[in-house]
This record gives sequence, structure tokens and C-alpha cells, in this order.
Amino acid sequence: MRFEICAETLDPQPFDFAQDKSEIRNQKSTMSHTKQKFGVVVFPGSNCDHDAFYVLKNIFNQDTKFLWHKDSSLEGVDVVILPGGFSYGDYLRCGAIARFSPIMKEVISFARDGGIVIGICNGFQILCESGLLPGALLMNEGLTFVCRYVNLRVENSNTRFTSECNRGDVLQIPIAHGEGNYFADKVTIETLERNNQILFRYCSSDGTVTPDSNPNGSINNIAGIMNEYGNVMGVMPHPERAADPVLGRTDGQKIFRSVINSLMVNENLKNNILVERS
Amino acid sequence: MIEPIIDLELAIKHGLTEEEYKRILEILGRVPNYTELGIFSVMWSEHCSYKNSIAELKKLPRTGERLLVKAGEENAGLVDIGDGLAVAFKIESHNHPSAVEPYQGAATGVGGIMRDIFTMGARPIAALNSLRFGNLDNPRTRYLMKGIVKGIGDYGNCFGVPTVAGDVYFDDCYNENPIVNAMSVGIVKHSEVARAVAKGEGNIVMIVGSSTGRDGIHGATFASEEISEKSESKRPSVQVGDPFTEKLLLEATLEAIKAGLVIGIQDMGAAGITCSTSEMSARGKSGMVIDLDHVPVREINMTAYEIMLSESQERMLVVTTPENQDALKRIFDKWELNCRAIGTVTNDDKVKVFYQDKQVADVPAESLVLGGGAPVYYREAKEPDYIHKIRNLDFNKLPEPINYNDCLLQLLSSPNICSRRWIYTQYDTMVRTNTMVEIVGDAAVVHLKGTNKALAMKTDCNPRYVYLNPYEGSKIAVAESARNVVCVGAKPLAITNCLNFGNPYKSEIFWQFKESVRGIADACRELGTPVTGGNVSFYNENPDGAVYPTPVIGMIGEINDISKVVSADFKNVDDVIIILGDTFGHIGGSEYLRLYHNKVFGDSPSINLMIERNLQTACLEMINQRLVNSAHDISDGGLAVTLAECSIYSFDKNRQLGIQIDIDTDLRRDFYLFGEDQSRIIISINPENMGLIESIANHYKIYFKVLGKVVKNKFQINNCINFEVADLAKRYNDTLRGKAEIL
Repeated sequence: MRFEICAETLDPQPFDFAQDKSEIRNQKSTMSHTKQKFGVVVFPGSNCDHDAFYVLKNIFNQDTKFLWHKDSSLEGVDVVILPGGFSYGDYLRCGAIARFSPIMKEVISFARDGGIVIGICNGFQILCESGLLPGALLMNEGLTFVCRYVNLRVENSNTRFTSECNRGDVLQIPIAHGEGNYFADKVTIETLERNNQILFRYCSSDGTVTPDSNPNGSINNIAGIMNEYGNVMGVMPHPERAADPVLGRTDGQKIFRSVINSLMVNENLKNNILVERS
Repeated sequence: MIEPIIDLELAIKHGLTEEEYKRILEILGRVPNYTELGIFSVMWSEHCSYKNSIAELKKLPRTGERLLVKAGEENAGLVDIGDGLAVAFKIESHNHPSAVEPYQGAATGVGGIMRDIFTMGARPIAALNSLRFGNLDNPRTRYLMKGIVKGIGDYGNCFGVPTVAGDVYFDDCYNENPIVNAMSVGIVKHSEVARAVAKGEGNIVMIVGSSTGRDGIHGATFASEEISEKSESKRPSVQVGDPFTEKLLLEATLEAIKAGLVIGIQDMGAAGITCSTSEMSARGKSGMVIDLDHVPVREINMTAYEIMLSESQERMLVVTTPENQDALKRIFDKWELNCRAIGTVTNDDKVKVFYQDKQVADVPAESLVLGGGAPVYYREAKEPDYIHKIRNLDFNKLPEPINYNDCLLQLLSSPNICSRRWIYTQYDTMVRTNTMVEIVGDAAVVHLKGTNKALAMKTDCNPRYVYLNPYEGSKIAVAESARNVVCVGAKPLAITNCLNFGNPYKSEIFWQFKESVRGIADACRELGTPVTGGNVSFYNENPDGAVYPTPVIGMIGEINDISKVVSADFKNVDDVIIILGDTFGHIGGSEYLRLYHNKVFGDSPSINLMIERNLQTACLEMINQRLVNSAHDISDGGLAVTLAECSIYSFDKNRQLGIQIDIDTDLRRDFYLFGEDQSRIIISINPENMGLIESIANHYKIYFKVLGKVVKNKFQINNCINFEVADLAKRYNDTLRGKAEIL
């Protein structure tokens, strides 16, 4: 039995997406209400898709699916994850080609309807390219790819992405990118600051935001933001890499747990209303 | 196009010898045409045929109960790791392309070795690399290093495999000829292993992946020559990598193999279609009819010669049945990759190639390949004069350092010792979320999801030792890489090797090679780690001489319980610091001697393999009984540097732990602190475990000694070395960045 688990997790990517869809349809009727439905989009060149999938499915025991970039249905998921990687090789500009994928049309209208979308690293870049988040991610100031753990200060804990944190908490989560230098015009940055849309900033281990703790030159040390409605988040750091206790640090779990809990609260509210009405 | 007249002169221009040209005439019974001459010249190049090395390589121990294929039989070695799984791994050189075009040369090195792994059906889970550069004060070295590191990073990062470990040395001898060895490790279920064989008459031969261009023609021949001023003109022989396409090729290939649609598959690296068609045919004792008109090309007016010899990257040759052809095509269509039938398998032994309705080649497959008709040479070996000259030094005449603090700081900021952070932060070390990043130390540890197991891996070779004493130095390379995986708690399983040497036609160089292979063989036999395969790179020469002989060892170790892994950083105040293994003050070939006294002299340290094996077994037993809080092998820079590293690593984890030790020895202090005797490990333990540690050490007859204890912040050795750990960490961590980023 142990071998079966192993085989699945070694290669969790389903090979026939068409076949997978019918399985989803069959499962829908029997699905437990305590599990939330996550969809991890697979673009050609995505390479953190397995990692996000593993954390949601195996660590948090959520109902998790891959969504193929050529498909045009989100299969009824509650949350869409745009994973890290190099979609379409990032050859033109990071995320610039991925935004034209058939699935992105659906993701955009899903987000416009209030659906929850999380973009991690390359996913953040795609969200900016597709206009779901303001600004752009430029090449790192140091001109090299940087992969290492960084400290992130939680700037706003009153969101569905950070409710399990306290404002001012310092999270240790790794980055791995060549283009993570967040940039936007002055007015946009002021708006983001004013509306508390900045969720995470790079900081030192004691939580001070300093130039030295900024790994890529991003404006105001910005590491992650959300849109004005609070349903779309983009982060350069990889919370899915700091979520498996086997590997050590687990601060990334707080972000996933926040999202899952916020959905459960919604669901409970909904159920309560239904109960009251009946 | 009018083909040139084929004669001996043209053959020699192709890198063939007169004798080899005569053999081609004999084999064919006629004069080869231009395409055939090209085919023979690449297949009989050193790079593809191993003609000057194979006789020696056969002396390596290449069997073991857990090896699932013999060395050289498939694209990479394959070792059973239980639970129905196997690990596929191999290391390969890309020195020559990297010397002229560092970025693409290194990038395609990574791409090539990844294909070797996934062509076997294995999903790559980790990459390593072993690099040697010239003097860092030389701007050319910095240019090469930046390009090579960026090339490795960009390819691996995009492809989505973590680069987890490696080793780096700097020496003037690599100024014009850097060493770039890339290693890949993959995991495959026994039932899904694919083979590089063509069989079954009438089966379909398909080319998949990228289209074919004029890049990399004669790359294999170029890699079989010395680097010279003329090498710059060989830039077109360097291939161009596309990691995005490789990522798609990976997913499509694994999907096709899992679906059972593949009879045989081989990647196209050196010598492209030529090598894959002839090797697959020869392995299956069959032949092929190939029609080049069906090969997707990216340039117009390509000749048969060019298509056959192109080394365009990200391509594979697949043999499938006529029934499965469409299903195979559907998978590659899904990933938007070419998948074209270019021929069929036949039951004669010939590779017959057609282009534009003409037959352009008709060659017996067996005659081309290693183990078949490719030439095998027994070269002359002669001990070089330098060996005796350099050993003639009286170490006791060396002045003792006046200030040991300065001496330690100098060593910690030597490019050969200081932190490699500037390099490895450019690599994605964590993608796929299996890397146990907290295990800072001697080897990388990669978890196997869904099991309680992990693999430890490391590359190693101190080329200075091998230069001073090829036999002992090569034994040490194997022993040290094994010791490295032992220090994280892994049992050494098997090795792959990449043997980087100068021109084998020089008898002194060939002596180095022969001695080195003998050393590797002896060490592998004694330590029970067979050779699963590897690569030989000759002709690593600068205009003014050969590089140090550099036999890089890639070691894989097995961890059965991940909760037992150990890192090198000190953990707790008052832990007892113990040295396992005896110290004799061997200073020859040491970093201290080179750096402080500016001498590369003496003999390499010697190693007693029986003691080494016992040391490793004892250390592993201590770790398995959870008696050890940290373990770190003593290597470059000796005892003092090792202790400093254990402290610096703890500083990096915000623990700021140092040492207080008192050394009581009859040896000269500098020899004791900086000597590089082998078979030594520093461990720190909870004082309560002293008795058990003692009994294990005694049982394996391992010398051990309590040196002192772990303390907060201070780094203190007798009254001669005294630091704050933060100051050591700063020097160790910042040096390489400082040196690399000078423009």
C-alpha cells in the first residue's frame, strides 16, 4: 500500500486531462462539504504545479485538481491557483503569453465575479499581465535569479489570505525568481498602501523593513499584494515550499490555512442561513 | 550540392587517423561518401567511442547486487532502492563548449544529462554540478564563471529540477579550460524503465521534440581536441539550449513510457541522429532504414551530412509499434511537440539512410559503436618527472605562522573554501519540494515523497591531490564523497564518475589517467560502491599545459529513516565536540600550504581504505542510534576550518554557536590545525551519550578524542585562535560575492 501512495506522489500530474474531467463530474455528487475545491492551473512550463497540488491535497487534505491551460472550464473550483514556473518558457516577458491561454479567460471572469485566485511567483506575473493585479514584476535589481529563504512581514491580517497571521508577524518563506522586482507608478503604489492591499513586505528577521532585506529591489519592499476587492492575491515567495513539516519550516501553511478557513466560514454562514430559512 | 572528394586528407581533417580511415575502407569495402565519413568521424571520436579510455574503464568494479543495469549498457546507471523504485543517475562533462561559450555550453550540459535520465523513464528529482575555474583575479575567469553559473541556473530553474549540491575549485590550471560536469538523479518504478534499444522488424522509428538545425555540428569532434586560440572559431559547434521545450519533452516522454507505447528510446546528444540510430540498432542487434526527408528541420537547404550530424538539443529517437504510432503522436501533439516517423527497424544490422530519393549512407551499426567496431587503443603510460620533483620538500623548514587568527581568516576566505552561496542562490534548490534545506552540510538530502526515505548526494574531487598523486588522490575522491553522504546519515550506494584529463596521446597524461582509474577501482571495491557509469573528457588543456587531472565522483547514498538525518551545524551549548579518526599533521597538497606558503608541493594525504570503511560504518551507526547532533567531514583547510564551518552554519541558522577547545599535541600547531589527513569526522554530541559513542568507536577500532565543547558566540582554540563567530561568518559568507562581482 505504501508503494501506491509513493507512486502517486512521485508523479501526481494526471496524464489525461480529458479523462480526469469525467472523474470530477462523478465525484461532485459525493463530495464532502468540509473539503474545499482547489484548481491548480497547468501551463506548459509550469513547474511548481506539483508542489502546490501536493500541499493542498496531501498536507491539507483538500479536494485538489489540475486545470489544463487549453481547457475553458474551471470545473467548479472554489479557488484557482496559478503556480510558479516558466509558463511558455517566459520567453517574451514573464506571464505575457500565458495570459492568452484559453483557461485565463475563465480565470479572469471567475475573478471578476469574486472568485478567489492566488498567483504564486510566475502566477503573480501572470496576474499582473492579465490586469487582475496592478503593476509589473521587473528583473531583479541584482540581475541574477535568487533562490533562498526570506523574511516577510505580514502587513494586513484582515484578509482571507492572511487571517491566520497577526499584523507584524514575520514569516520565513523562500523566494525563487529572476523577475520579482515589483513596480508600479506612484499613484498605484499610494492606492495600494492606502487600501491596505499590500499583504507582505521583505524584512529583516526582527521585522524591520530595510533595503538590505529586499532581495530584488521591489518598491517599498513589496512581496505580495491583493486586488481592491480582496479576492485576488499575488505573491513572489512560495508558501507551498514552506508547508511540508518533513522539509523543516512551515510558515507557508498559514496562508493556505487562512484561505481554507475563510471558505469554511463562508460555507457555515451559508448553511446557517439555509437552516434558518428552512 | 556537390560533395567533396573523399580521401585521406579529408578524413584527417575530420579528426580520423590514417589507420582509422583504412579500417573504414575495409569495413565498407569501398570509399565512404561524405555523409558516411561524417558518421564514422563522430562515432569514432573520443567523445562517442571512448577509444582511448575504455580498456582502462573496464577495470572499474561495475557490478553489485543492487545494480539493475551494467555500466555503459544504458544511458545512465540504475540502482534498486527498494519499494519497487530505482534511482537513475549519471554525470557528464561539457567542458569544451563551456570554454568558448560559457552560458550555452553549461546550459546544454544540464539539458543533456537530464535527457539521459528521463529517457530511461525516470523523473529527474535533483541536479548537481562540479565546477573548476581558473584564478578568480583573472577577468576571463570571472566572465566564464558568471556565464557558466547563469547557464546552469537558467536551464535547471526553468526545467524545474532543483540543483541541490556540487563542488567548486579554483586554480590557475583551469584558466582557459574550465571544468563543467553536470549530474542528474532521477527516480523510476522498476516496471516503467525504458531501454535504449531498437528491435522488432517493421517497428516505427520516430523523432520527437525540437526540429533539427545546423547547431552543434561536429560538437563531439570538437570535444575531442585541445582548447587553443583557434577554439574561438568553434563557437558554432556549441549547441543552443531551450529548457522550456525540454520540460515539455520530459512530460511527453514520461507520459508515453508510462502508457506503454515505447519499445526503445534514446536521447540525442553528441552526434545526434547518427549516434542514436546506430547505438539503438547495435544494442538490439538490428538495423534501421531512415528517411531524412521526414525529419522536421528549422533551416532550409540542409544536407544529409548536416542533418545526420546536427546536435540540436531537446530531441529523442523513439521506437514504437505501427499500432501505437498514433497514440504516441497524440501525446506529443498535446505537448505541442514534433513527433514524426522517420524510418523503420529492420532485421539486418545496417543503418541505411535516404535523403531526397537517394541513399546517402549504408553502414553496419555495430561497426560504429563502442563495444563493437569502434577502435580501442592501449596508450602508453609514463610517470611524469614532476611527481618526484614536487615531493622533495622538507616541511619542517616552513616558517610557522605568527598570527593564527590571520591564518584562519585567510583560509576561510580562500575561494576554495569559502561559502558557495553566491553560486547556489542562483540555482532553484527547492522546486519539487523534496529538498531538505535544513540539512546544511556535507551532502544534499532529497526526500522521496510518500516514503520515509531520502537520497543523499554529493560530487567531489580535490584535483590538487590527484595531481600530486593520481592513485591516492583518486581513492580520496571516492572516500570523501562517501564520507560526505555518511555525515548526513546515508549509506553510500554507488557512484558515477566524470574523468577530466588532458591529451591521452601524451604518455604522462595517460599515466595520470591510468593511476586514477586504479585508485577509483580500489576505493570503490573496498567501500562497496560500484561504478554505474559516467563519462570521460580528455583534451582538457590550456595553451600552456593540461589541467590538473580531475576525476569527479558523484556519490549516491540511501537514507531509510528521514527523521535520523544530521546536519553539520552545531546545535546546543555544552555539546561535546569529538574528532573521529587520527591526526598526523599531513600538510602536503593542503590548501594551507598553497595559500599561506604559496606552494603546491609534497605528496597528497594517503588513505587507508580499511580504516576509512570502519570510520564510515561507525559514524553511520552513531547517527542511526541518534547519538550525534552534528557531523562534518574534515577536508580542505583541515580541523580548524571544519570547526569554523560547523560554527558558521549554526550562525546562519541564528544560533551563533562556537567552540571552546584545548588541543594537546606533539605535532606542530599549524600542521595539526590545518593539515588534511583523511578519514576524520567532527561530531558534536550530548554529553550523556559519551559512553555509547565510546563503545561504538572502540568496537570499530576508530581513534577518537574529545576536543572541547560548544559555546555561545565565541570561537576559541587554546590561546592561539580567538574570534566572535559572527566575524568568521562574515568572511566566509561574503568572499565569493565580493570577488565575483568585480567587473
